[in-house]
Amino acid sequence: MFMLPPLLTASFHPKAEPCGLNRLGFLGVSNGYPPSNSGVPLFSPLLLGGARRQSQRPVPAPSAPLIQSPPSFDCLFRQCSFLFSQSHLDTVSASLLMPATPLIPRTPRTLPCPCSQPPVGGSMLSIPSAGSQGRGADISRACAHLLGRQICTSSALPQKNLAAAGPEKFTEEFIKKQIEEFKIGKRHLANMMGEDPENFTQEDIDRSIAYLFPSGLFDKRARPLMKHPDEIFPKQKAVQWGEDGRPFHFLFYTGKQAYFSLMHETFGKLLAVEKHQDRLRSKGLPTQDPKQLSLTGSRWLQKEELEELLVEAISDHDYSRFLQLMERLLALPCCSVEEEFILKFRRQLDVQSSKQVIQELQHDEKGVAFASAEGRRKSSKATAVVRDIASMKILVNGVDYLNYFPVVQDRQQLLFPLQFLGRLGRHSLECSVSGGGHSAQAGALRLAISRALLSFVSESEREEMRQAGLLTSDPRVKERKKPGQEGARRKFAWVKR
Amino acid sequence: MVTTSKVAMNYISQLCCCLIKVEEKESGMAAGHLTKVLFSVKHSGLQSRLFGTAAVAQTDQVENDSTALGNKILTQPLNHPDYFRLSELFSLKDLFEARVHLGHKRGCRHRLMEPYLFGCRLEQDIIDLDQTVEHLQQALNFTAHVAYRGGVILFISRRRQFCHLVEKMAQECGEYAHTRYWQGGLLTNAPVLYGPGVRLPDLIVFISTLNNVFQQHVAIQDAAKMNIPTVGVVDSNCNPSLITYPIPGNDDTPSSVELYCKLFKMTINRAKDKRRQMDLLQSLATPNL
Repeated sequence: MFMLPPLLTASFHPKAEPCGLNRLGFLGVSNGYPPSNSGVPLFSPLLLGGARRQSQRPVPAPSAPLIQSPPSFDCLFRQCSFLFSQSHLDTVSASLLMPATPLIPRTPRTLPCPCSQPPVGGSMLSIPSAGSQGRGADISRACAHLLGRQICTSSALPQKNLAAAGPEKFTEEFIKKQIEEFKIGKRHLANMMGEDPENFTQEDIDRSIAYLFPSGLFDKRARPLMKHPDEIFPKQKAVQWGEDGRPFHFLFYTGKQAYFSLMHETFGKLLAVEKHQDRLRSKGLPTQDPKQLSLTGSRWLQKEELEELLVEAISDHDYSRFLQLMERLLALPCCSVEEEFILKFRRQLDVQSSKQVIQELQHDEKGVAFASAEGRRKSSKATAVVRDIASMKILVNGVDYLNYFPVVQDRQQLLFPLQFLGRLGRHSLECSVSGGGHSAQAGALRLAISRALLSFVSESEREEMRQAGLLTSDPRVKERKKPGQEGARRKFAWVKR
Repeated sequence: MVTTSKVAMNYISQLCCCLIKVEEKESGMAAGHLTKVLFSVKHSGLQSRLFGTAAVAQTDQVENDSTALGNKILTQPLNHPDYFRLSELFSLKDLFEARVHLGHKRGCRHRLMEPYLFGCRLEQDIIDLDQTVEHLQQALNFTAHVAYRGGVILFISRRRQFCHLVEKMAQECGEYAHTRYWQGGLLTNAPVLYGPGVRLPDLIVFISTLNNVFQQHVAIQDAAKMNIPTVGVVDSNCNPSLITYPIPGNDDTPSSVELYCKLFKMTINRAKDKRRQMDLLQSLATPNL
């Protein structure tokens, strides 16, 4: 009597289906499958083939479907009955075993079974004939064997998630061996090139490799390389526990030992400061410390910098918690007791004005100080020479600025740096400009004049100029026209039909 | 308390087998010694845990002096009910003064804690300190035995108030603490989170069994899944059922938590000192041949 295993009903469970299909994304089951006669994608052959494929090995590239023609639902049922009926248990082929796998999509792994060898396609599995032993024992053994195999090859088993395993890990001995091989290879290479093996540097190695293995590949990373293994293999995290298995750090089991030990330490400092304050208060001394912590001109560590410090990944939440704790520590009046601990986590803000490249003042034959600088705006390039002569001569491309810039706005732009510094009558300008329109040329000239004036001016005035925006180059350029639109932003007229 | 001692024996023998297995890797003795210990302790359900012991044939072993002595170090403490004399560490009066008997209000009472309650006074539950003393004695004794055998002890508490205290205590006695947000698979998915070959804790001690939303801490069921024995301070609103050695007592007052921390620290230090002493005696008794 054909016995429909109750497990078959489990296969119709809606949750069992996506489980297998997700794993076989690369086989593309969704298009055209399942075949119309079977309403159950779970019995699709691609799923079965994929289930067989998924063993301990990495998944190979998708090839032709493993089972050529989709068996019909009736055929599969017959095969299932084949398995469970008593007369046909003598020889069962592996390919027939496979259809049984979707029958138990969610069986927990109860029986130990050797999964190290994946089942080879098409192998014939023979079970000894019933004549030698009792039928019952034979069937139970066969069933146990089948169940064992089924559980091993079920697609619903938690397979090793290869993506989650992370980058490949190398053992210490392997890296040591690689280093030895590298050293020997370096000496061989030096001998080959006829150079001294003792003083063979990395540059020599690179040169020799480029000579011996010339490569026309564009990507430098694809070319042959010979480097010290420490540079090639990624740094592995050292093992966190000793010989007996006991971890070294007392917060190891939290998962983020460096971060939490930092939090623990910081909180300890906070408690220490509070205790100090209590002692002062009990003695009647003022708690306000005369030495105040100066934190102007410094900023907290950024998240990346903290990660670098702790050699551990930190989430945004953790980082904000850490900052909260430090702010809490700073809020205490006696926090200067732990000043050096706090300063470890502060970075100096660099003054922006110090980043300017300042031309030095030059002197021409008559002893007149002058400075020159360049500026750009849109597509204009300008050069300006500012002389320390108290005349109002302003020449642009050899022409007086009144004639070159008929528009008042452009002349205002030109003179604004001098006006801002109050040096309107004290300098003369000789400028050359090309490209762009009149407004762009005026802007380029303004920037060039400001940069030239930096050499004449004191530090505080430089900072003022920077804050006024005189030294910032205008990044605005013409936006490109996009396809499907009339211009950069303007769309074509919208027509209802 | 025959049943509890039997349970204790079972757990201790289980631990002893595992830890002997670890030590044997160093000494290089074959599984023969292991089977000898197994048969001597007379466990029943441990074959499933230790791989291959059922199939190992009993080889004739030469009774080695060092192994006998090593055996003695581990089995001798099991013959005494209070080998480490932990009953002198605390008394009922100390517990009372540390306010261990104070429970929560009647409305917060957990049904399974009713056997441990002495009564209810003005809507506040009072925990029976006689029972607490017995349970605390059992729990500290078990912790001491685990520490004696070099087991990994993990302290868990999710009370922000006492997080620093518990971590400091764990650091001082050379054990481990986890008083932060519990990530899902820390015990059940340990090889993935920490790395292959990680050693899980051999004992988990809960200073407070509830998390920040007044639900049972996930680690209790995870420890039960991974066959890790647990010791826990259960207040009148906690569920003591999954905890191996519950200690009915107050887990909210600073004085009571400081008392527990002090007791655990002293227990573990005592047990470790005793072990060092015994190892020293062994090394003196058997000079290198």
